[in-house]
Amino acid sequence: MPAVVRVIDLVKNYYLQSDTVRALRGVNLEVAEGDFVALMGPSGSGKSTLLNVLGCLDRPTSGEYYLGEENVARMTDDQLSEIRSRYLGFIFQSYNLLPQYTVVENIEIPLLYQGCKLTEETRQWCISLAELVGLGHRLDHRPLQLSGGQQQRVAIARSLVNRPQVILADEPTGNLDSKTSDEIMMMLTRLNAEGKTIIMVTHENDIAEWARRVIRMRDGQIESDIRNKRPRGFGDSVPELPLDNLTPTSPVNVPNSYSPG
Amino acid sequence: MLSYWLEIVLAIGFVTALIIPVAISDKGRRSFVLAVRSLWLHKLRAFLSVMGIIIGTGAVIALMAFGEGSMQDALDDIKRMGATNIIIRSVKPPDDGSTAKRSFVAIYGLTRHDYERIATLQQSGTITRMVPMRVFPAEIRRLEKLHNGRIVGTTPEYADVNQLELAAGRFLTDEDCLEMRNVVVLGAAVARDLFPFSDPLSPENRGTIRLGQYFYTVIGVLRDRMPTGGTGGSQAAEDYNHDVYIPLETTRARFGRTVFIRQSGSRMGEQVEFSQITLTVSDIDKVRPTGEVIREILRQHPRQDWAVTVPLDRLEEAERTKKRFQMLLVLIASISLVVGGIGIMNIMLATVTERTREIGIRRALGAKRRDITMQFLIEAVVQTSLGGILGAVVGLSITFLVPWLASLLGETLPAKVHVPSIFLSLAVSVTVGVLFGWYPARRASLLDPIEALRHE
Ligand SMILES: Nc1ncnc2c1ncn2[C@@H]1O[C@H](COP(=O)(O)OP(=O)(O)OP(=O)(O)O)[C@@H](O)[C@H]1O
Ligand SMILES: [Mg+2]
Repeated sequence: MPAVVRVIDLVKNYYLQSDTVRALRGVNLEVAEGDFVALMGPSGSGKSTLLNVLGCLDRPTSGEYYLGEENVARMTDDQLSEIRSRYLGFIFQSYNLLPQYTVVENIEIPLLYQGCKLTEETRQWCISLAELVGLGHRLDHRPLQLSGGQQQRVAIARSLVNRPQVILADEPTGNLDSKTSDEIMMMLTRLNAEGKTIIMVTHENDIAEWARRVIRMRDGQIESDIRNKRPRGFGDSVPELPLDNLTPTSPVNVPNSYSPG
Repeated sequence: MLSYWLEIVLAIGFVTALIIPVAISDKGRRSFVLAVRSLWLHKLRAFLSVMGIIIGTGAVIALMAFGEGSMQDALDDIKRMGATNIIIRSVKPPDDGSTAKRSFVAIYGLTRHDYERIATLQQSGTITRMVPMRVFPAEIRRLEKLHNGRIVGTTPEYADVNQLELAAGRFLTDEDCLEMRNVVVLGAAVARDLFPFSDPLSPENRGTIRLGQYFYTVIGVLRDRMPTGGTGGSQAAEDYNHDVYIPLETTRARFGRTVFIRQSGSRMGEQVEFSQITLTVSDIDKVRPTGEVIREILRQHPRQDWAVTVPLDRLEEAERTKKRFQMLLVLIASISLVVGGIGIMNIMLATVTERTREIGIRRALGAKRRDITMQFLIEAVVQTSLGGILGAVVGLSITFLVPWLASLLGETLPAKVHVPSIFLSLAVSVTVGVLFGWYPARRASLLDPIEALRHE
């Protein structure tokens, strides 16, 4: 399996007035396509910082980061936006849906910034994603009319809409009870089974049990990296879903000629 | 008239040029709808923050309409009075107690002597026409009917100078004057009043009009004439429809030099040779200098018993008024620009802070800085444009309502919608949105995505 994410000697420092916070101190990591990684570690160990860099929301102080074949570490702000909109999907702890939009409109947002025209076809695609996460009957509801679990499912649908290479999730079950958490994890497992690469930050061991690989961090470095022999959900009766069209149609490839306007 | 339509076409073209890109592109339409939806979440706030723009736009449109209206009014007046005309009138001077003999007969005004002196200007070709008039109130009788009107003794040229339109018959001729015929041309109201059923010109009605002690034959009836607006005290507003016209020479022969007027019980004698002399000047550029020359001639009168009206002066006056309105307009437009702009900037800064998290979410989902800038800029522009449109509605309502209210109070306040001012103020509204929305939008776009996402 080719590595979809490759990080070499990643360092991230936060420079405050008085001192420097060294959030990442030389992280080396490769994530193969189709893997399901759980990032664990004590609070302040740099999990979110690493995930933000992997999600192209932040640039590292030094080090290299290859997403596919492209070195993302030195890209401009506009190029990073382009990468996010085309190749990455985000799931947040606090769902982060826009309250003034309906379920379908929330799912549509990433398409808006791909510069693609919103047509009946894209609308149907968004509806089918809403159905996939079990919200086909809630298309015109607003986020505030949904439960936390339902909101997180909308967020999952939204993270899929651009057919991303990698899905990044920062404590996706942090605000949910264990039953709803399991539902969400079931869904992510299913996506992973269909070939999606997932990198997820979590505090809870039972959540990490769903992943194929568990990475523990401490003080900005990777402490341990363990393959999960038998992830939960693996071998469970996961209903088959038609997810073929979720796999990226093209490899990660940002044109070199791309210039921020 | 042509340029008026041209202006409208240009203005409409300008606005469509603004609207089309938004309406045609899918993205433009979508951005517009989303902006309206965001604003709709805080209707009252959005409304209050564009109050400055609403007031400014409304004021600009209303003021321009009043400026235009008074200009149009003046132009109409000038057209009616004749742009190349000069009107010299006799004015009764105030009674001064010093005059030893306080006779019952007031002698004042323009004399034959004045007439001849002014007539010398005709030789240089400056004055092409002189129409003297003698006007006095009189009882116009027919059978048992009575109409209180005015007798106007004049010459045939009067009809041309005042652009009289005949409803029937003819106006006075030179023969009428030379032979001092007893003929009369009736104003529209007089004809209606005295001949309710029959044709004033028909042979059986010959010689049935009595003025003073003599009977007159109707030779013509005028069409309704609009009253002229008064001009700075020198000329009262006149209603011509109650006038009757007879040859000037006939008034001299039949009424003598002195006419007696019943005035609140007492009889007052007046001896005025010419009530008015209307001059036509050959060239519009010579109107004002000629007016000055005539004023110079008449200054030799011992008393101020005359007045010279140059209709063209009305134009200058109207232009001055219009300029004043325009200056006020510029002032108000710039105040509303600043006030409206500050209102928008203030609310947009608040909005950006309030929606920091939304900005973070959008950035994470792939929005570029440019997208965020555009989103907030469009929101600001939509807000100010809607404010501008609302202001235009307010301004137009004022333009139509205020003259109507004034007419209820018996005042006339002319107003005419000045179309370019509508488009100008709409353009200003859009510009305000762009100028003052820029900084908040830019600030929104420069937020760090991660920090924005963490924002509560
Ligand atoms: N914007 C910032 N400015 C300064 N220091 C920061 C900033 N963001 C993170 N840090 C610091 O970097 C370190 C790593 O933070 P990070 O958020 O990655 O931890 P985490 O592992 O996600 O913790 P948690 O489990 O509590 O979410 C912490 O010491 C934090 O204080
Ligand atoms: Mg964290």
